[in-house]
Amino acid sequence: MNGPRSRKTGRTVKTGLLLVTFGFVVALVAFALSGFDQLGAIAAEQEVAADAAAASPYGPAPKLTAADYPSIAGINSRVAVWIFAQLHLWFAAFVLAVPIFVFIIEAIGMRTRDKRYDDMAYEFIKVSITAYSLTAVLGGALLFSLILFYPHLFTYLSTIFKESMIYYALLFFAESAALYIYYYGWHWLQGGFKKWVHLTLGLVLNAVGTTLMLLANSWLTFMMSPAGVDAAGVFSGDAWAAIHNFLWNPINIHRFVANIAYGGSIVGAYAAFKFLTATTKQERAHYDWMGYNANFIAICALLPLPFAGYYLAAEIYAYSQQMGITLMGGIFAWLFIIQAVLIGTLFLSANYYLWCGMGRSDGAKRYTKYIKYIAIVLVGAFLVWFTPHTLVLTNEELKALGGPYHKYLGPLGIMPAKNTAVNVMIIFTALSFMFYRRANKIATVSWVNAGNAIQVALYTAGIANILFLGIYHGYFTNTVYKVAASIPQVLTTLIVIVGSITLDSFIYRGGKQVGPLHWGRIPGRAQYALFLLAVSFTWLMGLMGYIRSGIRQHWHVVDIMRDASPDAFTPTLGYAANVVSVAAIIFMAMVIFVFWIAQVSGNKTLPAGYWKE
Amino acid sequence: MRQFLSVIVFSLLTIGFFAGYSNFGIPQIEPAPPPKEEKLDLGSMTMDQFIAVGEKLFSGKGTCTLCHNNLGRAPLLDTIGEVAQQRLKDPRYKGEATNIEEYLIESLVKPSAFVVAGFGKKGTNDAESPMPDVSGGSIRLDEAEITAVVAYLQDSSGAEVTVEIPKDLGKKKEGGEEADVAEAEPREAISDPEKLIAMFTCDACHMINGVGGEIGPDLSKIGALRNRDYLRRSILDPNADIAEGFEPDQMPEGMGEQLYVSELEVLVSFLAGLK
Repeated sequence: MNGPRSRKTGRTVKTGLLLVTFGFVVALVAFALSGFDQLGAIAAEQEVAADAAAASPYGPAPKLTAADYPSIAGINSRVAVWIFAQLHLWFAAFVLAVPIFVFIIEAIGMRTRDKRYDDMAYEFIKVSITAYSLTAVLGGALLFSLILFYPHLFTYLSTIFKESMIYYALLFFAESAALYIYYYGWHWLQGGFKKWVHLTLGLVLNAVGTTLMLLANSWLTFMMSPAGVDAAGVFSGDAWAAIHNFLWNPINIHRFVANIAYGGSIVGAYAAFKFLTATTKQERAHYDWMGYNANFIAICALLPLPFAGYYLAAEIYAYSQQMGITLMGGIFAWLFIIQAVLIGTLFLSANYYLWCGMGRSDGAKRYTKYIKYIAIVLVGAFLVWFTPHTLVLTNEELKALGGPYHKYLGPLGIMPAKNTAVNVMIIFTALSFMFYRRANKIATVSWVNAGNAIQVALYTAGIANILFLGIYHGYFTNTVYKVAASIPQVLTTLIVIVGSITLDSFIYRGGKQVGPLHWGRIPGRAQYALFLLAVSFTWLMGLMGYIRSGIRQHWHVVDIMRDASPDAFTPTLGYAANVVSVAAIIFMAMVIFVFWIAQVSGNKTLPAGYWKE
Repeated sequence: MRQFLSVIVFSLLTIGFFAGYSNFGIPQIEPAPPPKEEKLDLGSMTMDQFIAVGEKLFSGKGTCTLCHNNLGRAPLLDTIGEVAQQRLKDPRYKGEATNIEEYLIESLVKPSAFVVAGFGKKGTNDAESPMPDVSGGSIRLDEAEITAVVAYLQDSSGAEVTVEIPKDLGKKKEGGEEADVAEAEPREAISDPEKLIAMFTCDACHMINGVGGEIGPDLSKIGALRNRDYLRRSILDPNADIAEGFEPDQMPEGMGEQLYVSELEVLVSFLAGLK
């Protein structure tokens, strides 16, 4: 368990995980691209739907009054549905993500024939198995609360999505069957052909799980960007048009990537807790290794996540300028300052864990001198992201400042500055990771100096380009072109990351190890970085769930079905944060239960003299 | 157990920090309640008042100023009366209007009939407008409201106001359907100008009778310097006229969204009386 890992295995694992994760993302992006720029096509679909509606047997969306919303035992309907939906989503994200990287880790174990990967994959899936039951229970609670508190909305949605809801239920049985055979058959389906059968089951499990997510996503995106209905909400009968609505794929991509990052962070928290409570050196080494891999998975998915989020926001804007402006420049604008704090926390804690982890290698001291500079850049980029554009001030403050914008900090509040900051943050996180990879290695190729020079040039040119694009488009062009820098900035970041990883793999091909990696040689405080990552991720998902739903404002289904309930108003950010916090604490309590159950299942008591001999 | 409790306390502190920051670290903005339609007595309304209604709809319920502003999201409409005539003759024009009034109505309900170069939806080569049909969706202006907006556009761009004031706004909708019950509860209008000034914190930036800020122009004797039309315009469209020595974009827009027509007139009368 604590034995030295071969260099080849280590490289295979990291490269494998990276490539497969990247592959998944690319595949999903490619899938989405098939409907990427099909505004015209969707508009055409909507026209066809409108024609069909004339002869439709379906009625228009109901026009509700406050009396149409049942009041039950003084429960706040919106908060009840909100909390159940959020809890369900957190667990669903976790149980959908874990099988994805369990499948990848199992495949790597099969490829490298290193049993530790198989054992780790099994431990991951064991953690998610109880969470799976809770996901179903919470899904049921969400369904009941919707039927009870918002009967007309549920009736309207189920009229449109009745077929997909039945498929969803059937797929849920298939998901359960695949998961239970996959988990309980783990030790039975070992070796040769049986292992291939097991891996295939993992693939089926993921395919069914992802399809479930896509179906559920279509219902909620229909509420944001309805399709397949006319202006009065009369359904044309074309279920695919309703499913394939404008924001479906952007949400699919964003959730898929975010789920992986989230799943990694939760498993990382599990490993961190097991590390802190470990009683033997071997246990500490094992859970250190598990925590490292979980954090690696989280970072791999965290890096493309801002891009997926940006794409989603851009598509929301493309769907409806009004909705886009409400999202980024209206009442929700301050939420993105809170989001900046959360994402800054995620990046800093993930980096901090990597820096602490460098202590596992005796060769790390060659790189530790650079860490303080990376930390300074990360904090600087975080502060830029954190800077608001327009300040809401008291009269006295307004007078003292001379206007709603700060003279020097105001320019840092605009989107190009924030895009620049996040790209810089991502690039420096990649740099942290590169130092970590290099820490225990010595290059032996003859062109190592030239290779290092190219690496420096690549990073320097990339950062310079990102800064130039941000400054030029942000401050020397008019408003329409301000966000034009975002795509080339993202491409620059991707080129730097992929280029430097590729180049490094050549530089260190056939290189020497400084010495064995000392798994378990990491301070306890580093484990708290993993907890911070998991808690921040949980809270951030809750916050962004609020805004995704909140931008519908006083509409159940945007422009189609108005929310006439007493809770139709948009709550303040503080109120939303309180609901999210309460839900996060409930979720934490449930997760602790899940971890405890996973641990209890391995305990055995042999009561002397209890059973007949 | 000690480790367990440490982790719990750490996690609760983290959540507490995020919640605390969201409650106390950023301003708590109370979002506006869902929009409600007002009942207006059009029968006794003059054209000037009708134009004022249009102006209010333009920057309020119509959400036109979200994009038609000086940030370049959509074309400015300050000369629309003049350019509309040219657009009718433009080969790219796909509509059916024959005069300015029809063109303006058409551009509100079928925005893609003519798309100003450079303002089309991305990827459509200016064939499709990103602007929604204002008679549908979440804006849902009714026929009379659209007419009021057109009156305002004609007036503000210097064109002749050709529309007529309809008589049925807010009473019955087309086809005899009753107005939405949920949308028919306007708040009580305020008739005291000082209450309005306090409510909208005008004195944070403007000096009024020797009290207030200096970020905006001193209004203590504004009635002697400006007429009522100027004052009304300055409230509804703060960047329309910038007083010498002051910067544009300082005064918040959207007053028209928040003020009733009667309140606007109360404010205008009050300011006009400051001499």
